[in-house]
Amino acid sequence: MALIAVVFLPLLAAFLCWVPPFRKGAWFISVVCLFLDLALAVTVAAQVISHSHVIAVPRWVEADGLSALMLVLVSFVCAIAALFAGDYMRHGRGKKHRNWWFYCASNLFAFALIATPAMADPNLVWVGVELITLFAILLVAFERTGSALEAAWKYSMLTMMGAPISLLGFLVLFWAYRGTGAQAPETWFTLSAQATTMSPALLRLSFLLVFVGFGAKVGLAPMHTWLPDAHSQAPSPACAVLSGVKTSVPLYAILRMLSILLASPTARMGRWMIVLGIVSVAIAAFLLLQVREYKRMFAYSTVEHMGIILAAAGMATQASDFGAVSQMLNHSITKSLCFYVAGAVLITLETREIKSVRGLLRVSPFLGATLLLCTLAIAGAPPFPIFLSEYSILSAGVRGGHGLAVAFLAALIVLAFVGIMLQANRMTFGSSDPSLEQHTSGVPTTCRLGVIAAALPVVLFGLYIPGPLHTLLQLAAQQLGGR
Amino acid sequence: MPAQMSPPEALNTLSAGLILLSAFAMVATRQVQGVLRYFVIQSLLLAASCFLLGFAFHSVHLYVLGAITIVAKVFAIPWVLKRTLARELYVRREIQQVFNIPASLLWAMFLAIVAVLLVSPIMALTPDVIIRINFPIGLAGVLIGGFSLVVRREAIPQLIGILAMENGAFFAGIAIAAELPLIAELMVAFNVILIVVIVGLVARNIEETIGTTEAGALQELKEEPVPWR
Repeated sequence: MALIAVVFLPLLAAFLCWVPPFRKGAWFISVVCLFLDLALAVTVAAQVISHSHVIAVPRWVEADGLSALMLVLVSFVCAIAALFAGDYMRHGRGKKHRNWWFYCASNLFAFALIATPAMADPNLVWVGVELITLFAILLVAFERTGSALEAAWKYSMLTMMGAPISLLGFLVLFWAYRGTGAQAPETWFTLSAQATTMSPALLRLSFLLVFVGFGAKVGLAPMHTWLPDAHSQAPSPACAVLSGVKTSVPLYAILRMLSILLASPTARMGRWMIVLGIVSVAIAAFLLLQVREYKRMFAYSTVEHMGIILAAAGMATQASDFGAVSQMLNHSITKSLCFYVAGAVLITLETREIKSVRGLLRVSPFLGATLLLCTLAIAGAPPFPIFLSEYSILSAGVRGGHGLAVAFLAALIVLAFVGIMLQANRMTFGSSDPSLEQHTSGVPTTCRLGVIAAALPVVLFGLYIPGPLHTLLQLAAQQLGGR
Repeated sequence: MPAQMSPPEALNTLSAGLILLSAFAMVATRQVQGVLRYFVIQSLLLAASCFLLGFAFHSVHLYVLGAITIVAKVFAIPWVLKRTLARELYVRREIQQVFNIPASLLWAMFLAIVAVLLVSPIMALTPDVIIRINFPIGLAGVLIGGFSLVVRREAIPQLIGILAMENGAFFAGIAIAAELPLIAELMVAFNVILIVVIVGLVARNIEETIGTTEAGALQELKEEPVPWR
């Protein structure tokens, strides 16, 4: 029953935020509901760890290791984002009396994000991913400035063009499943059981259509052009959710499809996934060198990480699958931290440009230190979790016989590292601009709390991964079907 | 084509041809209202195909899907568009596009041929006449809808382009996935209406803030700094 509650609690929160008498307390409602949701998601994960498969409504709402991991990630990022949003929305630009609408939309967004991994029917996963896209439009357009609306429009057109294409893909999947003569209703679990008997040609076509349609939503190159616009124009707490988990949920659906495809002996596509993953990493790495706004910098780094996860899943060994799901976890916690820090810098210094932020360590030691921490972590420096998962992906690739791919990936990861650290170096060190000193009003309380709460797992997981989390990661990796 | 087609199947073939024709008509129309009108006609044809195939296969699913299509795409969507974007809908100016009309039509024809070629290896796998007609035409509808979205520079025609793509996917779907669970079909239809409401709202905000819904005028966000205030 916890699984049902996890899915519908954010919807209830959205409704409460909309009810006029409660609008003033929208922030409080969001924080309470989303933290409760996080606790519930953790109980679901605990159930999954002990039973490996949780069924709330047979055939519709079920969870295995991979879905439980996504549930925990999404609810964690959404909860911290709600906490962070409190003072951010009070200090930010935009009309303050519309803030309840921001909380209402972000709870709807959280609902779609959490519901999608809990759905067992692939067609409902399609609906969930489309709802995610739609509610994200509300958040990107929230500030209603010319550039926010432009970003929202580009985002909606590019990503929604993918919707009918992926719908066709899911319909072909249904056709392929019915073609086997199986009588059980179509779910992810019956699909993987039937994977070997489905027509490989239909499976390939279905995967291609879903890949093109959802790849646009993940932000895989060359369909990444909307991503930096949308991720830089939305209010920062929404950016954290957009960049941290909104990109990984469609990727979750792609990985599920890929696991079915990998189980079918004649429909292999792993090699193409490696190539496409590397292309995304390459484009992001070169764009990272010339980026001018720090929020866009973090957005491009999301494209890079999505490419790495895709390439790791394409290698299709047990070790690389473990690397892929760890990278998913580490990307979510680290990238959301990056956007909280970026948001705190934005409301304190009131500039989006990298070149106007100088000597941040002197202007505000808290912001300077956390910016240095989060850029080191996102670029993949050693004591942080992203380093560990990238290292495990690369070593799994070498053992799996993908030496050339590993060489490219490693070179591009280093390039991206250099790009991010160059910019971070310029922002944190050196003497500060006198004009910045007057803005040192201090970081608002809930923003400070949000940054600290998000930084804890980033620091911790690099040194020590708790036992249950490790088990959950292993269960999730098993679902990706590597051998 | 085999001669043993039953009358509903033969009528479905006619409807398939008309759906492709309406996709071409949407590409060839210069005015916003015209595009909307052809979209409504295409949705009616899609619903007709649902009823015909529902009759041929004795499938309640397809009847329901036809009814949903009529409610959502023939009534709800034009109504929502008229409520949110009336001024832009009735505007008399011509739609800006990248290509002129004859070139666009040539591209659309090319895409229709590509669709048929793309699915021909898969069509060899199935003897089902309905699938062999609906699947390539549905895919052609998706591609032509996507093409009109890319070349048009106006908000409403772009939005209708997405909806036309959805029609294409459904037209293929009624042949290959007729027994899709009803709840999934209902959610998909709900999703389509939500697309129109939310994108319509964004388009109205754009009109109020920037003064036009020519999406081609949206040029500010590139790799250049955006001022904070």
